[in-house]
Amino acid sequence: MLRKTTTFLLATALTLLLTGCAGRSAVPTLYDDLGGSDGVTALVDAFIDRLAVDPVVIDTFANTDMLEFRRLAIQHMCEISDGGCHYEGRNMRDAHAGLGIDPRQFNAMVNNLMRAMDDVAVPQGAQNRLLGRLAPLYHDVLDVKEAGDDA
Amino acid sequence: MRSDRVWWLFCLVTLALPGTALAGSKITATGGARNVEGSAGGGLVPWSLMAGYGSSGEWSASAFVTRVTVDDYQLDVFGVSTGWGDRVELSIARQTLDVEPLNTEVRQDVFGAKVRLFGELLYTAAPQVSLGFAHKRQRDFALPAALGARRDSGTDLYLSASKLWFAALADRNLYLNGTLRYTEANETGLLGFGGPDGNGSLVLEAAVGLFLTDRLMLGYEYRQKPDHLSTIRERDWQNLFLAWFPSHHLSLVAAYADLDEVANRPDQTGAYLSLQLDL
Repeated sequence: MLRKTTTFLLATALTLLLTGCAGRSAVPTLYDDLGGSDGVTALVDAFIDRLAVDPVVIDTFANTDMLEFRRLAIQHMCEISDGGCHYEGRNMRDAHAGLGIDPRQFNAMVNNLMRAMDDVAVPQGAQNRLLGRLAPLYHDVLDVKEAGDDA
Repeated sequence: MRSDRVWWLFCLVTLALPGTALAGSKITATGGARNVEGSAGGGLVPWSLMAGYGSSGEWSASAFVTRVTVDDYQLDVFGVSTGWGDRVELSIARQTLDVEPLNTEVRQDVFGAKVRLFGELLYTAAPQVSLGFAHKRQRDFALPAALGARRDSGTDLYLSASKLWFAALADRNLYLNGTLRYTEANETGLLGFGGPDGNGSLVLEAAVGLFLTDRLMLGYEYRQKPDHLSTIRERDWQNLFLAWFPSHHLSLVAAYADLDEVANRPDQTGAYLSLQLDL
């Protein structure tokens, strides 16, 4: 009897919990923590400002339409941070194929992103979460030979 | 005498490397601090990180000084290291142990090399795994010989793996390192190599750290030690540290070190301080 009651109570609690969570979107996404649309746009702009003056990576953008890059970077960052966007660009592997990006340049991109996040005052926790989602792109962004080297 | 010359030559070569090529693209803190044997690590344990901030195609050079002050001893270490392409690390360090109860000191030189085998600390699912050695030459062998040590030199060989998980604990980045070492050294080699109770041992060492910010890491290390001498008991070491990496060029480590019993002197605890400059 006691056992049945306990099971019932547990089931009820679980149901309430689940429906409660599904019912409201109160749990902020990473996108929210980055400042939503305005925050992500500011972050991408700060990122591009830093890339533009970094001699280590500047050459890889020689043939890049920076306005298009900006639009797609905002879209990509929105998608990857659960902002509900749909990234329309090429996948990361195709987008970086043939650029011959090495670990040095990848690290430089990460450094620029970290400093850009500081520039627009992204909280440390959100910075770490975003880096955690971007880190696995290493294999797609790097020159295939280099990435395979480190697999 | 001979190892003195090697030492100065290495220092000169390291410092003479062209400064322009040494900006270093690795992420802050991923060049590590230096352990007491001069390798990239925390304080007591060598980590699988490569010393310095050189990424692919880049050189790095760094120098450090460390002082560990416990109840009856003071250990001073200084050294330099160079890294190439986040792939290879070479290091050299001089340890001087002031044995206060005997009013004497013992010195040792450590020549180290480490190679990253596979994995990338921050970006790959696999941990970063490195293989290293530390060749040690004890320079004041009278005391170790009296305690029963067999040789005045030896070589440690170690395999080390580490990984960083982003936002793993309270949205902070979590770092773990494990090191498996084969060593003949007594008290890292300061008390010689081998003895009546063994010539070599496999030991495990570990480090765990939480990045409170990008530049500040709170961590703990444990270093298992062998026990080759019958005249003294050798015990495991541990430390609780705070490592600060204010820039690519400077890092500071402050720690509480617990060295337990060292050469029949129990409860050797105290302060660990290390300063490091990176080019």
